[in-house]
Amino acid sequence: MNAGMDELYREVILDHHRSPRGREPLPGPADARAEGKNPSCGDELTLELACAGGAITDAHVECRGCAIATASSSILAELVAGRTPEQARALAEAFRTAMHSPDGALADELDPGDLEVLTGVRKFPARVKCALLPWITLLSALDAEGEGKPAAPASTEA
Amino acid sequence: MIPRGDFLRAPAGVEPCDGQAGDCSRCGRIFSERFPLLERRVNGRPLVYLDSAATTQKPGAVIAAEARYYREHNANVHRGMHTLGVEATDLYEECRSRVGRFLGVPADRVVVTRGATSALNLVAGGLGPSLKPGDEIIVTEMEHHANLVPWIEVARREGLVLRHLPVTAGGELDLERLPQLLTARTRVVALTHVSNVLGTINPVAEVAAAARRRGALVVVDAAQSVGHLPFTFDELGADYLVFSAHKAYGPMGLGFLVGGAEALERLQPVEFGGEMIETVTMDSATWAAIPQRFEAGTPNVGAAAAFPAALDTIDEATLQRLRQHEISLTAYALERLERMGGLTIFGPREAERRGGLVSFHDPMVHPHDMAQLLDSLGIAVRAGHHCAQPLHRRLGVVATSRASFGMYNSHDDIDALVDGIGYARSVFGA
Repeated sequence: MNAGMDELYREVILDHHRSPRGREPLPGPADARAEGKNPSCGDELTLELACAGGAITDAHVECRGCAIATASSSILAELVAGRTPEQARALAEAFRTAMHSPDGALADELDPGDLEVLTGVRKFPARVKCALLPWITLLSALDAEGEGKPAAPASTEA
Repeated sequence: MIPRGDFLRAPAGVEPCDGQAGDCSRCGRIFSERFPLLERRVNGRPLVYLDSAATTQKPGAVIAAEARYYREHNANVHRGMHTLGVEATDLYEECRSRVGRFLGVPADRVVVTRGATSALNLVAGGLGPSLKPGDEIIVTEMEHHANLVPWIEVARREGLVLRHLPVTAGGELDLERLPQLLTARTRVVALTHVSNVLGTINPVAEVAAAARRRGALVVVDAAQSVGHLPFTFDELGADYLVFSAHKAYGPMGLGFLVGGAEALERLQPVEFGGEMIETVTMDSATWAAIPQRFEAGTPNVGAAAAFPAALDTIDEATLQRLRQHEISLTAYALERLERMGGLTIFGPREAERRGGLVSFHDPMVHPHDMAQLLDSLGIAVRAGHHCAQPLHRRLGVVATSRASFGMYNSHDDIDALVDGIGYARSVFGA
């Protein structure tokens, strides 16, 4: 690829974009739900979580966004299943920190999977919001779930 | 992964262009050698600038004039009794006169603003106090947020009713709906001259005539048309016209409100302070005459000193020739993008009915990814909602990609764009 594009559009990211995970509707009603948007570009996302026994069992994401937002949504769906809300929150916070740090490192004990690849997007400042959109939406859904009320829409400009 | 060679060759049946400025009928760049920025390379490639609807590049004469102002004349306007103050004031007032001559109105009907957006805020905010609850404002569905949000806000403040003139599936104003929308309560009709997304040239004179028969004021956002289409203020039949210098080859931070004499009298000032007053006591103030009444504070004199050089460049090329050039580029872009297949292209199909821009959507490549991949080839396009979210909702897409043209563009640039779209598709395995 061209002029650094292979750093942005890594094969792992393109694969998530081509076959995004978490597109199937949840089998039952959602236990937590939030909408997110990026006002600077109009991208929109809906996230639904199913929870059981104190853990997230399944995630459903509908993303109307670019390849980076779509891949990030897919990675999120893959990674949050099986985590407790606290673990999912810790992962989201760690990713947000990594995207704003020079080395972009994510601790191994977080088991960050393909998220490590996505941190390469931090070298393209205009696209950082695209990568973060699903994760701030996750935080909004988890906040609402903890408080037992509907989630406030998440926004990259809030 | 990328068969790059394929993308950089001329397509079958197209004669390669020799790239010479001037008489090459295929590329026909106009004055491109006068725009210093176009010499730079981006991501290792020669820049292909296709974002003139966002801002045009500036001729060297404009850049030099702004620099000369700060080197030789810098002083505040309308107050210094010293030589520099007089020179700065002369340059500032010469810009006002020059804009007036360009659009066929006397200088005292030209208000200098920070840009088209602040001019629209002046019109909406300045008319607000004279409107009554229940009065109606008509805006079109294809407005830039700059000609929508100020009306939303003034409607909220004054209890006005906003009515929307819809856009047809073909990307034109649905004029059949206009007679129903125009009522005895309609006070203002606000519309864009050229859509910054669809490219559509609206029949402003026709809308204005219908609005005036109902006694409504007409506000035209001419940000995409001044310096690109040949017209005078009177030909549009509007009460207010706004535009930005920076989309007409001029500097940023400078715009204009041009109005009818009575229409300007109707406006209350929306900014208060120095320079816009006549007499001030500790408890009261009276306003200066128009246009100074609407020009509180220190204006962008450097930009005003430079803008006449942009208008001189336009006049030297002639607006008729610039218009023909943009039609030629737009027709070629429509044809080549259409031929690619799989792209949704928005707006009228005939280049003659459009300004110099084409927005498109590729279901396989999101506009952001498109713009990013094109940028890696040195091609600058705009991606997003172009400050027109309601229109994008109407079009059924979150975002579009937009290529827009200036005098310095050529058919070669459109070839590069088409090749670049092919490259972007190849990255996504399409």
